[in-house]
Amino acid sequence: MISFQPTEEQEVVREAMHDFARSALRPVARECDEASKIPEPLLAQAAELGLVSTQIPEAFGGGGEPRSPITNAIVAEELAWGDATLAVAVLAPAAFAFAVADHGTEEQKRALLPGFCSDTPASAAIAFVEPIPTFDALLPRTKAEPKGQGFVLSGVKSFVPLGDRASHFLVIARNNGGLDAFVVPRDAEGLQISQPEKNLGLRALPSGTLTLERVELPGSARLGGAAGCDVRRMLAHSRAGLAAVMVGLSRAVLEYAVPYAKDRVAFDQAIAQKQSIAFRLADMHIETEATRWLTWTAAADLEHGRDATRSAHQARAYAAEKCMWIADQGVQVLGGHGFIREHPVEMWYRNARTLGVLEGTVAL
Amino acid sequence: MIDFELSEKDREVLGKLREEALVARRYARYYDENEHEFPPDELPEASQFPDFMQLMAGRGKGDSGMGVMSMLVTAAQTWGDYSVRMRRGKGGGLGNAALRAAGTPEQIAKWQPLTLAMAITEPGCGSDPSRVQTSAVLDGDEWVLNGEKIFVTTGCRAEGVVVWATIDKSAGRGGIKSFLVEKGTPGFVVAHKEKKLGIRADDTAAYVFKDCRIPRSNLLGGDESIPKENSGGFKDVMKTFNMTRPLVSAIGLGMAEAALDFTRDQLASAGIGVEYGSGMHGQPAVVERFLRLETLYEAARLTILRAAWLADKGKPNNLESSVCKAKTGAAVREITQGCIEILGPMGVSREHLLEKWFRDVRITDIYEGTGEIQRMITARALLGYTRKELN
Repeated sequence: MISFQPTEEQEVVREAMHDFARSALRPVARECDEASKIPEPLLAQAAELGLVSTQIPEAFGGGGEPRSPITNAIVAEELAWGDATLAVAVLAPAAFAFAVADHGTEEQKRALLPGFCSDTPASAAIAFVEPIPTFDALLPRTKAEPKGQGFVLSGVKSFVPLGDRASHFLVIARNNGGLDAFVVPRDAEGLQISQPEKNLGLRALPSGTLTLERVELPGSARLGGAAGCDVRRMLAHSRAGLAAVMVGLSRAVLEYAVPYAKDRVAFDQAIAQKQSIAFRLADMHIETEATRWLTWTAAADLEHGRDATRSAHQARAYAAEKCMWIADQGVQVLGGHGFIREHPVEMWYRNARTLGVLEGTVAL
Repeated sequence: MIDFELSEKDREVLGKLREEALVARRYARYYDENEHEFPPDELPEASQFPDFMQLMAGRGKGDSGMGVMSMLVTAAQTWGDYSVRMRRGKGGGLGNAALRAAGTPEQIAKWQPLTLAMAITEPGCGSDPSRVQTSAVLDGDEWVLNGEKIFVTTGCRAEGVVVWATIDKSAGRGGIKSFLVEKGTPGFVVAHKEKKLGIRADDTAAYVFKDCRIPRSNLLGGDESIPKENSGGFKDVMKTFNMTRPLVSAIGLGMAEAALDFTRDQLASAGIGVEYGSGMHGQPAVVERFLRLETLYEAARLTILRAAWLADKGKPNNLESSVCKAKTGAAVREITQGCIEILGPMGVSREHLLEKWFRDVRITDIYEGTGEIQRMITARALLGYTRKELN
């Protein structure tokens, strides 16, 4: 049935995340962006929220709550409302952990999941993106070749979140015509990790380029073991996650532009009272709403085990276009002030462009 | 629990309606080209299909709400054709939606069986209904109506009408009330029928009221008091839009979906498949374009369902009605324009219905409040502005 009704628990989670975003993320967002750095205490504080561990089965040390992409969409939106960069940093390990929980063998779960449930949770990330023009997530150039019982990985991955600290990466690679994900430990022989990349947006997110030069892995490194895993499904989780982040960013822009437009007077009138500005704000609201419902549709498909290829594609594509447009309009409503780093909108404008081209940074 | 998947029962109802709609589609071109012929109340094939009420029987907690379903049902019907439906049925007019939203239980019981049109626009006023000049004066136990109305959708075929008139011109918007008037009431004349770009099988009428007397109890909602300016009394009248806006959005949506389905089939027959998994870089330009239009369709659909779902929950949906109308009004234009562009010259051929859908959907962004009016309402809500502060 068609229902937009979050559960009571989801309402509680939304409120808690919103409080955290408002009190812990928003106030430090600018300084993190300027310094291209996230304060370590902030990550520790975020870890206490149990974003990852809550939905990991008790058998592996987690909270045992059911996996809920819908709840995670709500969480991602609220955190990204505070700051999209910090939200991605906080949620990146979840993308790794949920992929292992969803697709891993018992052995892989036992080895990897408890790390996310300790007081100082593990840091890990998915490596989807590659530094080539017209990158397509389902046509990676990174490849795995069988060798004995194991595999040899070669290729380059970029924009890998938490590249400076992650203990493990989940590297997406072509394997014998299909797609697979491989658990690559940080200290694997042949793996080189760059200094943090310098990017247009999400500057505070320490992201790295991984160069895999004939990295030899045991057979057990293949996620899902002999059966492999459904990389398209992982991609759908990631696309929906990114869409949720972009909904949060869109809302932040709108909620910033509204009071500004009411305060700013031109020709004896608040600029918000002029239709050219007011209608723009209306459209920003309309598109934020539409993007959220598309995101929830994808999240619901994922949650109920249905094919989400189409809905996740739609959510991400629409979110990328509209989030960029909304951030762009936010800058325009603020005029010259939108261009000045005193206000957050120029940062959001950069972040929107960056988020719109990513895959695999966060997941629901 | 958040979900957007239809229940089995929902799907069954909509599936049957689509079979019916396809039969209605056979007649779509005929009534488009013969603008002044009315499609019959029931097509000859209707008896082959189950009755709608029968279809809707036995719904439970796991099925979508009635407001949501009425949007999906409407879209499924117009997917066949906007105005040729298997059964036009009684009670399906815009005035009926207004009656359900604002009528007293007695009024609903009495008037719901009739097909009711909605008469708001006048030669001198459209988007700003506070300028309504049609007047209603109480004389004993009767209201006496005088004035002209234009652009009354299904105004010829309707058996009655919900008409907006002022009971006190000096009171501005607060003086505006809606009245139920039955066809055949002396002093109520259907003046003429418009010729239009699209939705030609649906007639659009002009009305003249000249000393038209109706019972006092025909004031919709029954409240004769005149609210003070900005006291919100006008909102009762405006409430009628909270269902009609999602409804006309759903009407446009069904046709946009038909356009997308036609385009997808044509692309497939040309050997061009539509694939969601990969990025835009690996897709032919037409496919990328098509995917965008499909996503736009989904986005509009969800805003409509949101507005209807809120109504089902008994929650205010004034803002969401405007959001869905603004979104859908623009989306269905872009979708049908885009489908024609994708298909090229065959898209404009009258051999196919695509050019008709392109014409038919254009009204979506105009009637029941233009896109501009919807943005105004949306912006006022966002900004916390009154009508005076933003207009």
